[in-house]
Amino acid sequence: MRPHPHWIDYSIIGIYFTFVLGIGFVLKKYMRTSADFFLSGRSIPAWITGLAFLSANLGAQEVIGMGASGAKYGIATSHFYWVGAIPAMVFVGLFMMPFYYGSRARSVPEYLKLRFDEKTRGLNAISFAVMTVFSSGVSMYAMGKLLQLLLGWNFNAAIIVSALVVLAYTFLGGLTSAIYNEVLQFFLIVIGFIPLTFLGLKDVGGWDGLKARIGNDAMVHSWKYLGSPSTNPMGVEWFGMLMGLGFVLSFGYWCTDFLVVQRAMAADSMTSARRTPLIAAFPKMLFPFLVILPGMIAGVVSAASMSGSMTGDVSANVAARGEISLEGGKGIIPPKVDESGKPLVKDGKVVLDYDLATPMMLVRYFPSGLLGLGLCALMASFMSGMAGNTTAFNSVWTYDIYQSYINKTASDQHYLWMGRAATVFGLAISVAAAYVARQFNNIMDVLQLVFAFVNAPLFATFLLGMFWKRATGNGAFCGLLGGTAAAAVHHGLTLPAGSAPGVKGGFLGLVVHRYPSEMAQNFWTAIFAWTTCLTVTILISLLTKPRPDAELKGLVYALTDRPKDVGLSWYQKPAVLAVVVLTVLLMLNWIFW
Amino acid sequence: MGFDIRLPIGMMFSIFGVLVGGYGAATRGSEMYARHSLGININFWWGIVMLMFGGVMLLLARRRAVAARSADRTLKIK
Repeated sequence: MRPHPHWIDYSIIGIYFTFVLGIGFVLKKYMRTSADFFLSGRSIPAWITGLAFLSANLGAQEVIGMGASGAKYGIATSHFYWVGAIPAMVFVGLFMMPFYYGSRARSVPEYLKLRFDEKTRGLNAISFAVMTVFSSGVSMYAMGKLLQLLLGWNFNAAIIVSALVVLAYTFLGGLTSAIYNEVLQFFLIVIGFIPLTFLGLKDVGGWDGLKARIGNDAMVHSWKYLGSPSTNPMGVEWFGMLMGLGFVLSFGYWCTDFLVVQRAMAADSMTSARRTPLIAAFPKMLFPFLVILPGMIAGVVSAASMSGSMTGDVSANVAARGEISLEGGKGIIPPKVDESGKPLVKDGKVVLDYDLATPMMLVRYFPSGLLGLGLCALMASFMSGMAGNTTAFNSVWTYDIYQSYINKTASDQHYLWMGRAATVFGLAISVAAAYVARQFNNIMDVLQLVFAFVNAPLFATFLLGMFWKRATGNGAFCGLLGGTAAAAVHHGLTLPAGSAPGVKGGFLGLVVHRYPSEMAQNFWTAIFAWTTCLTVTILISLLTKPRPDAELKGLVYALTDRPKDVGLSWYQKPAVLAVVVLTVLLMLNWIFW
Repeated sequence: MGFDIRLPIGMMFSIFGVLVGGYGAATRGSEMYARHSLGININFWWGIVMLMFGGVMLLLARRRAVAARSADRTLKIK
């Protein structure tokens, strides 16, 4: 089942590349100072930073990983949005942006330097830089593998070409170019995926038809079966879900990850910065319908429904050309195959290649023409994720590592040059990381693991930093180290059911607890890391000397004036937007309960 | 900044609309619609939607450009 894109599909992809590169070239002339390159001169309106905030995060893990999870776990995957992302986005907009934007910090690590001290910043900057490069590599790997499987393109060539295009536009136009392209990519992804959900749902007979075809009630309810890990396909119970994903992981990501916060920092005013994540929350809430539903549908439709007479033809073609075979798969999700092309079997069951769920849907439902648009949307999602990581990396490298430790007194032009150089070597390391990522199977699980180690303790640090003026630099630093260590120890002492000790956990030689699933283990790793960081930071802070109040003005809640939204219509006020977002959110959780 | 992202977005989707919609019109009744898109000529209809979206974006970009120019003029008169 391999599609054969026509000239029309290639033209669409070509036009998309032309526009993406064109935007980079046009913006080159605006890049005069390092502030233009790294912060877009703090001049971008809220609707643009809002869509970029969303799109920068919209990498491989979203489109491919969420489709895969949808196929595997069903509608409960929406917890990543309706429990995870949205409340955290509302929180960062309402309560944290005043400190990020108001302190005039140029990056998240720099805020830590202003609020705490140099070593806390260093720790955060370095771990962030490493994580960013890794994420970007995962994006690239996913794209390379996908294009290879789906279209027979060369894995290496796919990675190099996409990296070069991203390199070109971020090198030329810096953050502005990344942000503007992210807006373009956002629309492309939405417009490219709507027909997929529409055709898929129409084919299975709407939501009710999908429910009937799935035939497993636990896959079509998000909360009903979360009472105990044994009753739902995710193997997670409600507390682990709410605390682990909903609180620790999601707040850790959306509230402290510079990749997304950088978009808000580029906004043209405090109000715009605060509205950035709130504006992003509206489309974000609806994304499950675009990315999770196709995955669920992929598991229940068959290639055979591609009109009766064609069936024999399709399978004959597959056999003849040795391409993706659906033999032994589920719906149109093919099985994973070993080197000899035979389906992988584990515990008597065929292992499915869930990452192919969404891409196979594109192939199944899009005729030539729309297929080009769909492929473009896929590539756009990879590229926006990659560019987001690249711009975040080059800022943190230049401001928080290079300017802080290597060369403190160079001219602004030199830092602008260094930003461009960092774009080049950051992407080069990402390409290397793409090959490392090749050995993991579910992209989502790997990312969750990385986030759990690095990001989970972080949110405790920011929470205390912004809302407890007594927290000290030494406390924050020890808390972060303690939290990350706790994550590693917890991961090393536990194992998800059915896994052997190794990268999945249990590497400390002793397994004290077995979780029903990898996801449950990851959520609990995060909970342990966060709690440890919180406790250690509080204890050490109480033992060390606090900073005088005067130095903390504008950095801590108690010592900062509340932002006033003067001159805004009522519907533009951040608080009003937040209430609307949360109301819709409750309704969505209720509908899919 | 004198750059409006709605302009390239509008241009790109208008081109996509004409291209995909035109292709849909030219391939009316093709068996690929029966095979893939449930018998719906999705290229044609989605091409029209993209053309409309592109048009709206271009219109918004143009409105802003006009508003910016007249604001400029008012400043000069003052």
